[in-house]
Amino acid sequence: MKKKVLVGMSGGVDSSVAACLLLEQGYDVAGVTLHLYNNEDAGLSKARTCCSLADVEDARSVARHLGIEHYVFNFGPEFRRDVICRFADGYSKGETPNPCIDCNRYIKFGKMLERARLLGFDSIATGHYARSEFDPTTGRWLLKKAADLTKDQTYVLYPLTQDTLAHTVFPLGGLTKSEVRKIAEEQGFVNASKPDSEDICFVPDGNYAGFLENVMGLKQEPGSFVDESGNVLGQHKGLIHYTIGQRKGLGLSFEAPKYVLRKDTASNTVVLGDSSKLFSSGFLAENVNLIFAENLTEPTECEVKIRYSQSEAPATLFPLPDGGAEVRFREPQRAVTPGQSAVFYRGDTVLGGGTIRTAKS
Amino acid sequence: MADLIYLDHAATTPLSQHALEAMMPYLTKEFGNPSSVYLPGRKARNALDGARETIAAVFGAHPDEIYFTSGGTESDNWAIRSAGCFSGTRNNLVVSAAEHHAVLHPAEAMHKNGCGLTVLGMDRFCRVSAAELRKAVGEETALVSIMAANNEVGTVMPVAELAETAHEAGALFHTDAVQAAGHIPLDVERLGVDMLSFSAHKFGGPKGVGGLYLRRSVRAGPGQLGGGQERGLRSGTENVAGVVGMAAALEESCRTLNENSVKISKLRSRLIRGILEIPGTVLTGDPEQRLPGSASFLFDGISGEALVLLLDQNGICASSGSACSAGALEPSHVLLAMGYSEDAARGSLRLSLGAENTEAEIDTVLKILPGIISRLRSE
Repeated sequence: MKKKVLVGMSGGVDSSVAACLLLEQGYDVAGVTLHLYNNEDAGLSKARTCCSLADVEDARSVARHLGIEHYVFNFGPEFRRDVICRFADGYSKGETPNPCIDCNRYIKFGKMLERARLLGFDSIATGHYARSEFDPTTGRWLLKKAADLTKDQTYVLYPLTQDTLAHTVFPLGGLTKSEVRKIAEEQGFVNASKPDSEDICFVPDGNYAGFLENVMGLKQEPGSFVDESGNVLGQHKGLIHYTIGQRKGLGLSFEAPKYVLRKDTASNTVVLGDSSKLFSSGFLAENVNLIFAENLTEPTECEVKIRYSQSEAPATLFPLPDGGAEVRFREPQRAVTPGQSAVFYRGDTVLGGGTIRTAKS
Repeated sequence: MADLIYLDHAATTPLSQHALEAMMPYLTKEFGNPSSVYLPGRKARNALDGARETIAAVFGAHPDEIYFTSGGTESDNWAIRSAGCFSGTRNNLVVSAAEHHAVLHPAEAMHKNGCGLTVLGMDRFCRVSAAELRKAVGEETALVSIMAANNEVGTVMPVAELAETAHEAGALFHTDAVQAAGHIPLDVERLGVDMLSFSAHKFGGPKGVGGLYLRRSVRAGPGQLGGGQERGLRSGTENVAGVVGMAAALEESCRTLNENSVKISKLRSRLIRGILEIPGTVLTGDPEQRLPGSASFLFDGISGEALVLLLDQNGICASSGSACSAGALEPSHVLLAMGYSEDAARGSLRLSLGAENTEAEIDTVLKILPGIISRLRSE
């Protein structure tokens, strides 16, 4: 019997092509679009054409074209609780969270696999650029970088558990973006030339501070910019407006450029200093999910990526008794930001990842 | 898969054979435009007038008080938007929170344009009380709109009493009878309503056609301008086949109403009894004053959306909440207005029965449902 797979269809070109490839590979395919928020909840005008509605329509059009069933699941309350509220919480603690990773952990893979199983599907699939394979020697599912390294999305997939990896297909792992667009054009998909989405979906204008203040009601108190000795350098608008490593937009001018080194929620201060002070020798990571092994038992050499758009840096992972990890870079790294995810690689294999808790000077 | 068990008659009903047969000539050889003077036109005109008489007789109205529209939503919109025409000094609308969005949204739009709006609450059973209405109406009230029966939980409203209360304050009364028409007796004189909306596909007629009863004394503005059809109030070439099908279906459902409502209520009671044996289940809506086919529930700790999908896999068509424009299911605004929490309202299930349902089908549902509920609760 054909394996039944439920493919998450965002309405974009990647997941549309993923659905098409799964059919070619002989799966019994159905598509689903997740309804995660209403425009009003995201502080977007109701009058504005609902972007998620257009996305659902695109996904439905592709599904109809492919002759597969299409569903819409409403995970709005779960998305609010597990993604939007965590995002706001993180900011209120002075961190810079990455909501896409929580969405993958809890919603796109967590809830979707749960619902897919309920409906009798064997697996789920997504249009992420990543590869997974089973390693018979360790008996573990491995997550590997996509063939198209410029599109690789493993950074946002590190929270996937063994159970999830065992039941997830990534049909695009071996393709380049241009190959994917070519397939979409050949198929005549409505979204063949749709641009990639970049911003956080529920803050499409990229104005996080505005979203947190106006929609989530995060109260922001102005406070002081201080130097490392605590001398006041000026007034800031509220901690959420700043991120580690930021130099522009501080509203201050100095003889030598100054950067945001830290944000201190207790004193409501933003600590500024020289570029050289932005470098860290390592950091502590929490919420660590390991993919290559069950546990970290010994110091492990790896390459660490500390933000989506950054290349990896050589480092060593040290297991901590609480299940977290300490990461020590071979060379100090700039702007290690609490709340962001750190993903550990060895070559093209994802060892695991975690959330940066504190940087070490 | 076994045959489908269709338990969503509140969403739409299967087209009755009688209605289909009545429509067929007008979908084929009798294609004339009722406004044309030659023979095919006159035939179409006759069909339209005959249908109007049939429908008027069912509602105890005069034929010239029946206006054909594209369905319940258009009728509701027209009625609500007409409120501004009734009287220069009265500039207030009163609706219940239980209304369909086809009433609520135009009312909100009127409110945005400066019209006063009072939204009446309901009790836990979705009943709107005349006493509450009395407090809300006054000399500024132009129109009160309260549905005859609720589409989500099936509660039948005390329309006659509510209409009387509206009239005491000098206001007009509209009822959205989309869910009730063809299912319970509705007589515009006995109810005392000034306007009444109905929709063919809720009582065995085709989709895309409905009507508005407009009392002769009511001076409503036109719903649509153009060629002057429907006594100048609703322009546009008439949907002749649809109207003929609607009349046939309405006449048939009213002719068989007594017999069918006994049969359907009996099935429904069996269904309700069986489902209430599942722990953590409540019946929503009025236990007594409800539409014969309506059974609606809340199940603790489950997602109604997942429930409906699982029932679908078992060949059972049911609904939960209302679908948003993207097609996702949202908690019903009616359940929220009845005082249930958003969490509770997510666990809703609406089963609505029709005359073609059988005891065997009900027993199949009762056999399958408890397993599905406990599976969902164990997730």
